Amino acid sequence: MPNMSLEKVKMPEQDPKIRNQNFEEVTLGYTEEMAKEEAERCLQCKHKPCIKGCPVNVQIPEFIKLVAEGDFEGAYQKVKETNALPAICGRVCPQETQCEELCVRTKKGESVGIGRLERFVADWHMAHVEDHIEKAASNGKKVAVIGAGPAGLTCAGDLAKKGYDVTIFEAFHTPGGVLMYGIPEFRLPKEIVTKEINTLKEMGVGIQTNMVIGKVYSIEELREEGFEAVFIGSGAGLPRFMNIPGENLNGVYSANEFLTRINLMKAYTFPQTDTPVRVGKRVAVIGGGNVAMDAARSAKRLGAEEVYIVYRRSETELPARLEEVHHAKEEGIIFKLLTNPTRILGTEDGWVKGMECIEMELGEPDESGRRRPVAKQGSEYVIPVETVIVAIGQSPNPLIKSTTEGLDTHRWGGIITEESTGATSIEGVYAGGDAVTGAATVILAMGAGKDAAEAIDKYLKNE
Amino acid sequence: MYKIVHKRVLNPQVKLMEIEAPVVARKAEPGQFIILRVYDGGERIPLTIADYDRDKGTVTIIFQEVGKTTKLLGTMCEGDNILDFVGPLGVASHLEAYKKVAVIGGGLGTAIAYPQAKKLHQLGAEVHSIIGFRNKDLVVLEDEVKAVSDELYVMTDDGSNGNKGFVTDMLQKLIEAGNQYDLVIAIGPLIMMKFVAKLTKPHAIKTIVSMNPVMIDGTGMCGGCRVTVGGETKFACVDGPDFDGHLVDFDEAIRRQSMYKDHEQHSLEEHACKLGGAENA
Repeated sequence: MPNMSLEKVKMPEQDPKIRNQNFEEVTLGYTEEMAKEEAERCLQCKHKPCIKGCPVNVQIPEFIKLVAEGDFEGAYQKVKETNALPAICGRVCPQETQCEELCVRTKKGESVGIGRLERFVADWHMAHVEDHIEKAASNGKKVAVIGAGPAGLTCAGDLAKKGYDVTIFEAFHTPGGVLMYGIPEFRLPKEIVTKEINTLKEMGVGIQTNMVIGKVYSIEELREEGFEAVFIGSGAGLPRFMNIPGENLNGVYSANEFLTRINLMKAYTFPQTDTPVRVGKRVAVIGGGNVAMDAARSAKRLGAEEVYIVYRRSETELPARLEEVHHAKEEGIIFKLLTNPTRILGTEDGWVKGMECIEMELGEPDESGRRRPVAKQGSEYVIPVETVIVAIGQSPNPLIKSTTEGLDTHRWGGIITEESTGATSIEGVYAGGDAVTGAATVILAMGAGKDAAEAIDKYLKNE
Repeated sequence: MYKIVHKRVLNPQVKLMEIEAPVVARKAEPGQFIILRVYDGGERIPLTIADYDRDKGTVTIIFQEVGKTTKLLGTMCEGDNILDFVGPLGVASHLEAYKKVAVIGGGLGTAIAYPQAKKLHQLGAEVHSIIGFRNKDLVVLEDEVKAVSDELYVMTDDGSNGNKGFVTDMLQKLIEAGNQYDLVIAIGPLIMMKFVAKLTKPHAIKTIVSMNPVMIDGTGMCGGCRVTVGGETKFACVDGPDFDGHLVDFDEAIRRQSMYKDHEQHSLEEHACKLGGAENA
């Protein structure tokens, strides 16, 4: 008999007043009992609507059934069949707009906690089972992967399983991409990312850090070096700014810079580590996505007294995961919705002292289907702040495009690919993730990496 | 890991190191830079490539010990390893065949100006080099610069080498004496580059400066290195580091350079404490 409770089993969390002062993980995960209880809420629908919402096709009802039966390792293996990074996806996927949105239980009450269960099985596996990784027999073919983020790691893992000799080239000193520099420790512990990367290494994937492709080697040179196919997963590294007056004042950060200082360079342990970050007492974060929430919640943890999210549309349009918005509010982040910055004000010696904003109202829907925000004339006012963090999105890094002849890109910088395979305009060169779509989600990047791995395999076998 | 294969002390604060980094050396060009991190937990700092040897697979850096990282680096010896060394980053200098150029180096900037002077000299230009230091004990690379210059002027702020004045004083003198430069390259402290650009502007002499702002990744990702050039925001790491000196907003750059001054001081004091502690132990 299924558990007919209308609500998900609650996942234990750190108290908001305590956690907004530390960088430890916010959510603590289910116990075995909680997981079984939640798994019993799944109705085991024959038509499995949830799977259609999953970019990597996790066999959701099957793994949940195994959880309900107490076969946690079996459940993990079931997830792992199609998802290379379950501990990560369970934590950062926007489930409410993917699998959980399509769950039959949402017709009356909350969906099954698919994400929480995915995380549970991954964590259970890590705690209880030692992996014995078997290297696939080598087929002698070399593939280069550019970028060690979610797209590149997934593509590399899938190809290694098929016996390819894969080398990942990473520009930073640490692999992981946005999982390392972007998403904060309190949402995705770096130990988990490191563990997943170590698994790839054991599978035989080579990772070369400090390698900026486009600078040290062009894609053409990689192919001359014997790489028969190349996957570009170089991400959306280029931060966008508002182009309003005052953006170059001291105290204005791109979210990329602010988060990289904190996550990758560990500025939260300064001066034990050497990279500083300047937070100030009052911080305004411009934008309403996950990156904006991460920046705001990090600023709070670093001692800011007042942290604002400044977003030009209303709450329903916030692109961030629901859980992040909820957590941010609990932690005391102040939401200034329907508000748009018009300029940043500075002191005489060039430091931020405030941000002028204008109130907005929602007009007719725009091309994205969301109602277009319109400024209310004369409603300008100033929020006094010392720090402004711009989190309005990133564009694909132009470095590869500018050094690769014949690689077709959109005007805004995204690499043009065939959707189901990731094939670019150059034969044997594939791309996926944010480098193609512009800033999106970890799971979409992983899906693209997976599709490309399959296409690369087909391409190299036909030769 | 990247091995230090050669170390040379140029003056008490300025050191030269040749680093084994064949992948970087393969593509390095004058004007480009590298980013290094000495140890885990260390910061990433950009340093201009002073020289490179593709056959030996080495890249030469020259640095002044000002902050914690450069002081720590300065204590390292031949045979030691640097944890991370990434490059070549930035756009290489576009040096063509000029007739007559003035190359200006201020302090450590001399080390960065030197490869440019060398390249221009090789391209057949008449090179007038003006290098400036606070006093005669801090002069670096005098012989090297001399070897690639038709005329060399070494200036000191305190006149301890018998040639008191700023590099701008000498440049002004040379211009007023009728030297027709078709290019001025100025590399050194922001304030020096600002005044060189100010001096050459009324004479309409093309002036290239090299910016070295705060940055993390060096690939266009953080935007910390924003510089306003001709009213537009540029990223020094990918659009530079060389820019038209007449278009750079130096006042903004000077301001931005001070963003972490108090943190840097703090970091340095902690470091000094630890070093002191180690010596006492």
